[in-house]
Amino acid sequence: MQHDEIVEELTGIFRDIFDDDDLVLRDDMTAADVARWTSLSHINLILAVEDAFDIKIGSGDIEKLTNVRALLTLIERKAAR
Amino acid sequence: MRTRLDWLLTSADIPYLTSDESLPDSALAEQVRQLAQYELGFSQIFKLDRRLRKIADPARYAGVLAPLRLAVLGASTLDHLLPALRAVGARHGFLIDCYLAPYGQYLREIADPASALHAFAPEVVLFALDATHLVGEQISDAPDAALDATMERLRAAWRGVIAGFGAQVIQQTVLPRMLPLMGSNEHALPGSPARMAAALNARLRTAATEEGIDLLAIDDAAVHDGLAAWHDPVLWLKGKQEISPAAAQHYADLALRPVLARRGRSAKCLVLDLDNTLWGGVIGDDGLGGIVLGQGSAEGEAYLSLQRYALDLMKRGVLLAVCSKNDDAVARAAFEQHPEMLLRLDHITSFVANWEDKPTNLRRIADEIGIGLDSLVFVDDNPFERNLVRSALPMVRVPELPEDAALYAGTLARAGYFEALAVTREDRERTALYAANAAREKTRASGLDITSYLESLDMVLEWQRFDAAGQQRIVQLVNKTNQFNLTTRRYTDAEIAALIADPNALALQFRLRDTFGDNGVIAIVIGHLTPGGELDLETWLMSCRVLGRGVETACLGVVAGEAKRLGATALLGRYVPTERNDMVREHYPRLGFVADGADHGETRWRFDLDRPLPDALNISVNDIRGSAT
Repeated sequence: MQHDEIVEELTGIFRDIFDDDDLVLRDDMTAADVARWTSLSHINLILAVEDAFDIKIGSGDIEKLTNVRALLTLIERKAAR
Repeated sequence: MRTRLDWLLTSADIPYLTSDESLPDSALAEQVRQLAQYELGFSQIFKLDRRLRKIADPARYAGVLAPLRLAVLGASTLDHLLPALRAVGARHGFLIDCYLAPYGQYLREIADPASALHAFAPEVVLFALDATHLVGEQISDAPDAALDATMERLRAAWRGVIAGFGAQVIQQTVLPRMLPLMGSNEHALPGSPARMAAALNARLRTAATEEGIDLLAIDDAAVHDGLAAWHDPVLWLKGKQEISPAAAQHYADLALRPVLARRGRSAKCLVLDLDNTLWGGVIGDDGLGGIVLGQGSAEGEAYLSLQRYALDLMKRGVLLAVCSKNDDAVARAAFEQHPEMLLRLDHITSFVANWEDKPTNLRRIADEIGIGLDSLVFVDDNPFERNLVRSALPMVRVPELPEDAALYAGTLARAGYFEALAVTREDRERTALYAANAAREKTRASGLDITSYLESLDMVLEWQRFDAAGQQRIVQLVNKTNQFNLTTRRYTDAEIAALIADPNALALQFRLRDTFGDNGVIAIVIGHLTPGGELDLETWLMSCRVLGRGVETACLGVVAGEAKRLGATALLGRYVPTERNDMVREHYPRLGFVADGADHGETRWRFDLDRPLPDALNISVNDIRGSAT
């Protein structure tokens, strides 16, 4: 999967999970930038990412993935396998 | 860990699913039934939920998506279940408006006529109370008194809802997540939270019947799926989510089943295929003694277990029907004569065995019984038939089946199509009532255009001359095929070997591939040149599995081409009737052969090769010469 495809897919997930049609993903985006990105909806985000990219995210990683760059890096690493 | 709705189709790309308005409301409403056949991925739940909330004029689509006001009451985090409730609701034909009472305020909201709950006026109220709220997390000194008090509080709340809103009450049972303090003998400590949870669940069952409310038995579900599929202790401690978000879709499906049942929308009739569904093997080919059924083998027991489950469903009011591609008399004989059959003809309200397509026959069954197509559940081991029915009749419920017949009944049970709330005398008598209806109703033929479905299958017919690699399978096919077999001529191994060696014989094997995979060798045609320059077809046989897909016509094209190559000017065909092959009586005339004499019931047919061949629609033909000469 190419970087652009991952970004596109992840954008769709962010829009659906955080219920915002106009959301545009930025590398430096963090939970503080997205109104509905709370500790509870973060679980939904992780589950959606696992499901969409067919990867498993360890519980140790979940807490660290609170910005877009970290998420993209992890997806690219795991999905490449 | 995630619970699987394994009776549904799964797909990364569910057709028509978007969260924006590129899918018009009208198209969404139209596609909802197709959507119902899929298990949603995690983000697809949110996608569908968001799209549903954008429907501009819900009243316009009320016929397909009936508006439903659902209040969810609880004492811990439940927000995460709402998107799934709305999305799964749409799959079941509801456009759900959810109201979530503030954390732990449900008793006040029910009692206070000025509350937001009263303003919402729910039609269904779901009490989604967590185990901590209901039984606490410490050993109780007076467990019976504590349980009495809890039950009194719940009964009062249910009555308040029924009196205040006339709403359906659904009470979630206690999730058995409390850790044991004793072990297997937990009952020796009646005040332990685990023991109290079990005791409360027993009391809920008695109270539900007395108060006329319905249960959502997540305790039973957790037993089936394992507690870890339903509950994640980390999420409970972190965010007070008792039901894990990963289980939300399953939770919503279970929660909505009593809603469907209250509205008379549970399925009413179980329609069963026969070959490889109710027994192992093909009765038309293997014969009464050849099918696998009953005691003595694990496989035979497996088929019996589905029969037993069907019979038990019938005893509590579910109608049974048969829809099979078979000769009617041959199919009925199994029910009348096979000693291991649990199901008998008088259990079957509508029995349809013929060679027409299954959607047509399902319509016939629904008409005969006098129920809607949306009341049917169709169980068939063959993915071709399942998908044909799904695309032609999306309102019919069609479970995906596991490979092993031993698991058929369990899958059917988990799908919950026949959810029921109480067993009435009418339920038990219903079978007789509908049987009478069916007897009165005249069956009628109905046309169905399956061309577009066949197109979607990307069928490829591959053919080659007989070869050594295929010899074993060819010998097996020519000696066991009874139904689609024009002459029922049998061949020895040596005769087949001779055909392989003879370049002037027409000896062809055909395989069919489609989107479901490789169906293997599905047709055999054998013929010889006569001194008069005609090609005499002494054998033409096919597997019944590929019937009704235009394969015969495609085969004819290949046979004609090969016959010409051998120098023939015409094809000669013969039909030799037996007890089993009535279905091919009209095989040759259907392909455009003209009558060429008859005697002793045998008919002869002729096709002059200068005539145009019928079109083989939807099938591409592929010549694979392989090791053939």
